[in-house]
Amino acid sequence: MPNSYPEVYFPVVVQAVLAFVIAVALSSLSYLLGKRTRDKVKDSPYECGMVPVGSARERFSVKFYLVAIVFILFDIEAVFLYPWAVVYRELKMFAFVEMLLFIALVLAGFFYIWKKGALNWSQSD
Amino acid sequence: MNFYLLTLIKVAVVAGVFLTALAYLQWIERKVLAHIQLRPGPYRVGPHGLLQPLADVIKLITKEGFIPSHVNRFFYTLAPVLAVSLALVSISVLPFGPRIEVFGIETWMQLTDLKIGVLFVLAVSAVGVYGVALAGWASNNKYSLIGGLRSSAQMISYELPYAVAIAAPLLLLNTLSFREIVNAQSGYYFGFLPRWTIFQGPFPQIISFLIFLIAGFAETNRIPFDLPEAENELVAGYHTEYASMMFASFFMAEYANMLTVSLVATLMFLGGWNAPLPLPVSGFIPTVILVLVAAICFYHGAQPYRKWDRFTFPAAGIISLGLAAIFLVPILQPILLPLFWFIAKAGILLFVFIWIRGTLPRFRYDQLMHFAWTFLFPVAMLNLLVTGLMVALFGK
Repeated sequence: MPNSYPEVYFPVVVQAVLAFVIAVALSSLSYLLGKRTRDKVKDSPYECGMVPVGSARERFSVKFYLVAIVFILFDIEAVFLYPWAVVYRELKMFAFVEMLLFIALVLAGFFYIWKKGALNWSQSD
Repeated sequence: MNFYLLTLIKVAVVAGVFLTALAYLQWIERKVLAHIQLRPGPYRVGPHGLLQPLADVIKLITKEGFIPSHVNRFFYTLAPVLAVSLALVSISVLPFGPRIEVFGIETWMQLTDLKIGVLFVLAVSAVGVYGVALAGWASNNKYSLIGGLRSSAQMISYELPYAVAIAAPLLLLNTLSFREIVNAQSGYYFGFLPRWTIFQGPFPQIISFLIFLIAGFAETNRIPFDLPEAENELVAGYHTEYASMMFASFFMAEYANMLTVSLVATLMFLGGWNAPLPLPVSGFIPTVILVLVAAICFYHGAQPYRKWDRFTFPAAGIISLGLAAIFLVPILQPILLPLFWFIAKAGILLFVFIWIRGTLPRFRYDQLMHFAWTFLFPVAMLNLLVTGLMVALFGK
């Protein structure tokens, strides 16, 4: 049975390389096999046949940025849950109370964000 | 046998099976959707359209590989490669069955068992968002940009309930290695109720399972959460500007992610390859099912609707009867029975994916975000705390 780190991770590396080769092969095959023609209309951004107005590099709603920030906060919290869950059987009640305090603090922040309306997408900003 | 040679053989087999499964998943989806809508679905290419996936691949490869001049070329070509390669990596840590012996070589039906398998799958699926976000941004098209933005916000929002829903069963199982997760779910209560985490005491994980499935739908951009490619408002969302095989790459990634989510749900919640009933009884179930399938095939072969049904249905029936006989061979049973249960459970989950696509409409975007943050996430947290309390009070 494989025990050393190189042996445990070797299949992951092989699979990753194979996946990358498959992905590149798929993308490049049609580029090599298919015939190609170009014209001005085909080259323009497809917007249902309308002539595109302005650039696509537009400003977008700040809500997307807010969600990303909030996500980082809570995802770090979620990562802390995993080691906690793995040793839970040994620590039991102690681990529960510790995590309850931690989650209570984080959830307090969550309800603050909620009440502030950062999660409300239907109201325009 | 040399470990490295064995690994290469296993990777080749798994990749071959996985890619074929992906191609036929698309065929199954078209067939099931068609039958939900009372259409026959694809049946021109080969018997019952069985060669349709092959025809589709040939068609897509010979299509024009067109890169518009207004795109950011590097990220535009990187995005589909990233999407597909990341979607295919996580299969390397998922087990399909127990330790088996083939031609005197003992091996696990798994490429490798990481001690942090669960975290690895979560990490790879989280990076998967880059494919879609980059595709949307690099296309330099307003529809693509909106699709890409929506998709990244949606995928990271549902990442949270997804991650928390997995943490709750881990309180019962206390390990991150998939192999040990499945082993911890073997055995039965009262001699018939399997110890899968959705049934396991002191707190059955049914709520986590449902949250995981819902978040899994959103993670893979499936209906009712397919806002990124909402075709009636965004044309095709983030892949509007893609053509031929690059376009198909995104679909391949979507199907691969769907398969991964189903496999992870099977391993975490449905006991992996553990049978739903104890051995003497469950050993006969595959045979009974396959004999029933054969009987239905012979019945339809006797009353053909179409010209070829008279030959294709009896042929399928004979194949099922052959499989039914193989399941009774004692030497093969330790290999085939776990595989059968594993594939059956994952297959049922995949069918649910397709079934929901055939029946539900799409969410509105504010409903989608609201649902993730103000319902799924708090419920997942609450479920986690209740599980923790129950394990602390009543756990062994």
